[in-house]
Amino acid sequence: MIPLKTINFNHMKKEIKIPDIAENVESGIIGKVLVSKGEKIKVDQSVVEVETDKATTDIPSPYEGIVDEIKVDEGDEVKVNQVIMIIETEEEEDEEQKETEEKGNEEEEIKKKEESGAREIEAKEKEEKKPAPPKQEKEKDMSDIPASPSVRRLARELDIDLTKVTGSGPGDRITAEDVKNYAQKPEREEKEAEVIKTPELPDFSQWGPTSREKMTNIRKITSRNVSQSWQNIPHVTQFDEADITNLENFRKQHKEKIEKWGGKLTVTAILLKISAFALQKFPRFNASLDMNNQEIIYKHYYNIGIAVDTQQGLIVPVVQNVNSKSLKELAVEVHELAQRTRDKKISPDELQGGNFTVSNLGGIGGTSFAPVILPPQVAILGVARSVYKQVYSDGEFRKKLMLPLSVSYDHRIIDGADGARFLRWICDVIEDPYSILF
Amino acid sequence: MSDNNKNELVIIGAGPGGYRAAYMAADLGLNVTVIDPEINPGGVCLYRGCIPTKALLHLAKIMKDATTAGEMGINFSDPDIDIEKVRAWKSDVVKKLTGGLGQLIKSRKINYIQGIARFIEPGKISVETKESGEKKISYKNIIIAAGAKPLSVPGIDLSNPLVMNSSDSLELNDMPDNLLIVGGGYIGLEMATIYNAFNIEVSIVELTDDFMPGMDKDLIAAYKKEGEKIFKDIFLKSKVTKIENSGKQLKVEFEDKNKKKFSNKYDKVLVAVGQKPNSDNLGLENTSVELDEKGFIKVNEKQQTSEKGIYAIGDVAGPPLLAHKAGYEGKIAAEVIAGKKSVNDAKAIPAVIYTEPEIATCGLSEKEAKEKNIEYKKVKFPWSASGRAVAMNAKNGFTKILIDPENERILGAGIVGKNAGDMIAELVLAIEMAATADDVALTVHPHPTLSETIMEAAEIFYGHPGHIHARKKI
Repeated sequence: MIPLKTINFNHMKKEIKIPDIAENVESGIIGKVLVSKGEKIKVDQSVVEVETDKATTDIPSPYEGIVDEIKVDEGDEVKVNQVIMIIETEEEEDEEQKETEEKGNEEEEIKKKEESGAREIEAKEKEEKKPAPPKQEKEKDMSDIPASPSVRRLARELDIDLTKVTGSGPGDRITAEDVKNYAQKPEREEKEAEVIKTPELPDFSQWGPTSREKMTNIRKITSRNVSQSWQNIPHVTQFDEADITNLENFRKQHKEKIEKWGGKLTVTAILLKISAFALQKFPRFNASLDMNNQEIIYKHYYNIGIAVDTQQGLIVPVVQNVNSKSLKELAVEVHELAQRTRDKKISPDELQGGNFTVSNLGGIGGTSFAPVILPPQVAILGVARSVYKQVYSDGEFRKKLMLPLSVSYDHRIIDGADGARFLRWICDVIEDPYSILF
Repeated sequence: MSDNNKNELVIIGAGPGGYRAAYMAADLGLNVTVIDPEINPGGVCLYRGCIPTKALLHLAKIMKDATTAGEMGINFSDPDIDIEKVRAWKSDVVKKLTGGLGQLIKSRKINYIQGIARFIEPGKISVETKESGEKKISYKNIIIAAGAKPLSVPGIDLSNPLVMNSSDSLELNDMPDNLLIVGGGYIGLEMATIYNAFNIEVSIVELTDDFMPGMDKDLIAAYKKEGEKIFKDIFLKSKVTKIENSGKQLKVEFEDKNKKKFSNKYDKVLVAVGQKPNSDNLGLENTSVELDEKGFIKVNEKQQTSEKGIYAIGDVAGPPLLAHKAGYEGKIAAEVIAGKKSVNDAKAIPAVIYTEPEIATCGLSEKEAKEKNIEYKKVKFPWSASGRAVAMNAKNGFTKILIDPENERILGAGIVGKNAGDMIAELVLAIEMAATADDVALTVHPHPTLSETIMEAAEIFYGHPGHIHARKKI
């Protein structure tokens, strides 16, 4: 058997690939190409701008060198790990030589060890009852890849690392289908989701004029995520109402003060703070489900997303560590975050790591709604428009400003009674903040 | 002297690696120039190697079959050998094949220059041509396919007319009465078979403890059962220390493993101790191409050398020194230059020794498995249980397969017997396809053929071969 030779030379070109930009982000669209062919670039210099999941990101070059080939154009859809550029590096020689030298030394050491301690090793192996002797696994040693020459060629053409593909054939043989499936994984899921949503569309033009528009990247991702959520999570929505008459007085009282700090004291900001208390009180609402291991993951930090309506569509930036921030700080941060989201100036890591979400549609209207959970979260708070109502209390009807609230939760992890308790607790705290002291 | 425009691809050497690279590159649309000292492509393989030896071995086989036919009741009288005619026929075979290759050069519109190339600076070579003197050629890409030449040993003067290397020995000039072959590798054994067929007494001396150093012992043992009959003397673990003329003969001094000296007289001596790469006269010092300690050009899996635009393939780029390996590498280099994502990732390169009986191997050997601590299960089907082999009076062979006990994939194989070389390709394909022993066992093989022995060997792994009784699978 002939292992692949792995000598590298100084003129070997380096590939720039789309890195893992953000959680759940598999693709994006090239917004701008920031360098040109033949240009000399430095390490960390931005080479392209990618419109990913819900924001625009610059991709930095990991190498210094000259741009040899640009494989993408503006508007192209790119996937994580896709090669976008070839850089011809200059100082490669030394590095590569070091690498091979180091490898050589390692190999020598292994040999020495084997010679001196061969018997010891053998004895140990017997004790440990290892079925097979240790196969010396070198990096990039493709000699043991169970795939035919044409499949190996196909994998090279599709830029697929065969060591990562699991073979479906006898003796784990990798077939051409295995390689194609591996290559199309993210796309296939997307397609399947679409197929489920719209099986066999009729020709609408038979009833009247139609026009077509390409889905934006955000639309594609949102559609995929919500349908996955809807299909996988058994949703239950609990509805309630809170008397916010006092809260509204408090809000108006401190409004101007907060504005001076550059913030905006909104119902959302106050609900964010109360939600953080609620999540501490009801840890399951701050958890995630690990179905593969049949475990519940409790998170001991309180990051909460806020749904923002933008021109491009729904985007959910995350406010970090809400529990450790004051209402004043939150009012400033939420205002600023929402503004940057609308301006498309949000970075991908600001969209990650949320445990719970607040979606406030009260500004638009509605008596109540059942929001869809954003996986891997397990609950989401919906806020509709507050209205004055005649409420019968203490023997008479009183005029009270009532806020309709709803919480959708994952019924696999949260029981109905807990869902009701959670939302009631939030309402109680809104109506009587002193109750938080219990 | 003229400096042509930059050539897209220049290939130095038109052996099986060089011409295969040239054809592939031309078919992929590249503008190709090939430089070789011969008038037509072919290289050592066609002019002084594979092809002429096989022509002569074919005659040897006919004569051997005629002799052994006596055992089966058909008696021929001793053959009447017309050596002139043999030589002419052999030359005709070579001419036909190389001429055919030349035609393929023309039909692909490849520029063929008869001459000797040398690097003068990166991006430029000079070519010494017969007709038009020295010519300078610039290139964008170049493939070095310069091959290898016979190696000599200290104490043996190859310029002595009675001392031959493998190319000289194929000329069949001044046929001796007796011959000493130095080197028990495949060239030595094949030439022994040829010379023996022409009724020449052949002796052989080998430095190591057996023929075909590195090969599994069971294959050599099976070969020797018949094969060693052709030798007058076999000197193992011995070496030649001196050769001097003694009348019309050569006096050869030997030294055995105990440093005991002895001598014998032979009409001629054939030196076949190995090959060395033709990397020394290429002017590589004018480039940054790196060589290894044995003089082979260092290449990566794309056949690229350490200088951009320079590729190397075949014998000059390292062992095994086999024409089919050169041809494969030639295709890879041409594809890489044409922009394809090709790499040399062959899992198994077969090797065939065209002796009587033939020996063929591919993939993992037992020796290699033991050295590398690779677990394997060996299955061996003796040809004495093959109907076809017995009917062909070829019952001394066997078919051996090495199998991974865990995933049942075929790791390597060795076959000894008639036509072993033609049979091995099935197992090379099995290894490349990552076939399991079951795949081979479940493939219907024609009856009665020698190829059935491959299927039956695979069946032994599962404990149910048709024509021998095997113990249950372990």
